[in-house]
Amino acid sequence: MYKILKKEFLNPTVVRMEVSAPEVARRADAGQFIILRATEDGERIPLTVADYDREKGSVTIIFQVVGGTTEILRHMEEGDCLADFAGPLGRKTETEGLKSVAVVGGGVGSAIAYPVAKKLHESGAYVDAIVGFRTRDLVILEDEFRAASSELHVMTDDGTYGERGLVTEVLENLILAGRKYDEVIAIGPLPMMKFVSLLTKKYNIKTVVSMNPIMIDGTGMCGGCRLTVGGETKFACVDGPEFDGHLVDFDEAIRRSAMYRDFEAHAREEACNLFKKEVE
Amino acid sequence: MANMSPKKNEMPQQDPHIRCKNFDEVALGYSAEQAIDEAKRCLNCKTRPCVAGCPVAVKIPEFIACVAEGDFEGAYKIITDTNSLPAVCGRVCPQESQCESKCVRGIKGEPVGIGRLERFVADYHMKNKTEHTARPESNGHKVAIVGAGPSGLSCAGFLAAKGYDVTVFEALHVAGGVLSYGIPEFRLPGEVVKSEIDELRALGVEIRTNIIIGKTIMIDELFEEGYEAVFIGSGAGLPKFMKIPGENLNNVYSANEFLTRINLMGAYRDDSKTPIFHAKHAVVVGGGNVAMDAARSARRTGAEVTLVYRRTENELPARKEEVEHAMEEGVKFEFLTSPIEIHGDGKVEYITCDRMRLSDPDESGRRRPVVIENSEFDIACDCVIMAIGTSPNPLIASATDGLDTQSWGGIVADDVGKTSRDMVWAGGDAVTGAATVILAMGAGKTAAEEIDRAIMGKNQ
Repeated sequence: MYKILKKEFLNPTVVRMEVSAPEVARRADAGQFIILRATEDGERIPLTVADYDREKGSVTIIFQVVGGTTEILRHMEEGDCLADFAGPLGRKTETEGLKSVAVVGGGVGSAIAYPVAKKLHESGAYVDAIVGFRTRDLVILEDEFRAASSELHVMTDDGTYGERGLVTEVLENLILAGRKYDEVIAIGPLPMMKFVSLLTKKYNIKTVVSMNPIMIDGTGMCGGCRLTVGGETKFACVDGPEFDGHLVDFDEAIRRSAMYRDFEAHAREEACNLFKKEVE
Repeated sequence: MANMSPKKNEMPQQDPHIRCKNFDEVALGYSAEQAIDEAKRCLNCKTRPCVAGCPVAVKIPEFIACVAEGDFEGAYKIITDTNSLPAVCGRVCPQESQCESKCVRGIKGEPVGIGRLERFVADYHMKNKTEHTARPESNGHKVAIVGAGPSGLSCAGFLAAKGYDVTVFEALHVAGGVLSYGIPEFRLPGEVVKSEIDELRALGVEIRTNIIIGKTIMIDELFEEGYEAVFIGSGAGLPKFMKIPGENLNNVYSANEFLTRINLMGAYRDDSKTPIFHAKHAVVVGGGNVAMDAARSARRTGAEVTLVYRRTENELPARKEEVEHAMEEGVKFEFLTSPIEIHGDGKVEYITCDRMRLSDPDESGRRRPVVIENSEFDIACDCVIMAIGTSPNPLIASATDGLDTQSWGGIVADDVGKTSRDMVWAGGDAVTGAATVILAMGAGKTAAEEIDRAIMGKNQ
């Protein structure tokens, strides 16, 4: 069993959880993911590694409450145990040789972009961090990003915090202002990664995106996570989860990610009802 | 007195019209009376041709003689002497092409129902056992096994029986491999698999789930941890696709994904937390046992099902029994049919196929399917399940220095499972590509004998 060591809400729907999983922590690295089941009858869901502590034997995950499992997870407390926690899966982020990078995070994806920014910053690279959120209440990890970047831009769609606008606007401004990036790393909602990739393609800057499609096993067995990358079918779990943003067919990925949307909403509602019942 | 009936005792079964709406087991199993009656059909031949037909050499006439006398526990002991998973084998082995194909009674009539008797004995033991088999005394040697599927479990069972401390590392959250994620409940109930695995645990086999060898722990680290030998039975889990347009539309599944959702995650149950698309009309592509499993599972989730196969009924690689069951349950077959494109606006709406004909036999005697020009036709459907085969997962080989693989991904191993790495054996689908449960079990057993010999040889 995998004990929850620490749990905190980063915003009303985003939770950070540190989980005891010594075997996973041993080899975990930025860019990789784990598969968990919250309870014995639960579904398997993939979540990207947000942090790890090899000495303590813990792995940190950050998730947004979207479906039944994340709703159940949100109600689990420190000291509770997750039924299953397997990994690390997928390939790690390639940061070697990068000297100047823009790390772009969107919403809960910022949580995944953060360890990448941190790793690059620690290696001595110049890091522009650009993180975008819908509104002020949803802003997460601002202090962490500030400490892990050379320059930080916090954006909100509605202008209630930081700069008003989209991450692509500020990224384009920086490029036009003469910033030279070896690479742009974009992690966030599919539409955000799509538009960052379209922008950087225009300026011919290599761009890496982190895909988080629907999957079951995470080891190449189900094929549910398949994507079209450069005209070829790839499995995000074993070939990724990071891919060249200029080659990913985002429209297909967006469509495939919505396959069980009705079910997810329903499952979350059911989980909510369950918890309401228990509280009464 | 021998029972000279030319026919097997019939297997009691659920009615097709009822069973196509549930996931309960199709075959219900013999009663004790039926088992004894069937056992009496065995002539107890001195030449024992049936044993030669069994990849794990079960002492068939001996166990059947026990059944005939009503000594079912005695029969169980004889079977488990060479077979670690009898309730599984009794259900899913292709007996018609193995033990039963060699049975003398099959010359004039039907062979003895060896598989049905094996299943009866294993089920009897499960229901009536009072205690687990005792754990043998440890010999102090540690062996690691990668993958808790048929080959790994078989290898583990034999080594544990010899006193080895065996640890099986499994990537998924439950043991069983294809027995748990692939073969459906109505053919092999999860409880049966679990019970057989519990027997192995009682023998001392430790199973560690959620460990992906090659990711969580490396093969080399296993040796550092004191394991003296490693057996890789990681199976052939990578699904193949046809590489035709439209394959990434929503509601196109690999059979692996479809069956994993249904079997491993229980998505057919209303209370399951794992979703599955409930199709109105599913098209299954392929003609093997997995295609039959997918078709029959889709049928049970409420779909009309059409199975398309590019050759004719005679070439279907699936077991005859599975094909018959699928037909009885209302699965429609389109033979000499090969898909060329899946169409739909975001999700599957119809599939376009070519009609095929079989060529004249080539030098190898094989008749290849050839496209008939301008024969395209459409099948309206809202789900497509690709069951055209799987290949070995490259994960372990790519993470292990010096472990040679074939160009198609199979791990290179000799007849007894020895790989290019010292003290590393491999067997089952990881070596051969997708085959049967019993062949994988045979490979696991053979490797276990070799591992025993190698470790004992080193320690003399």
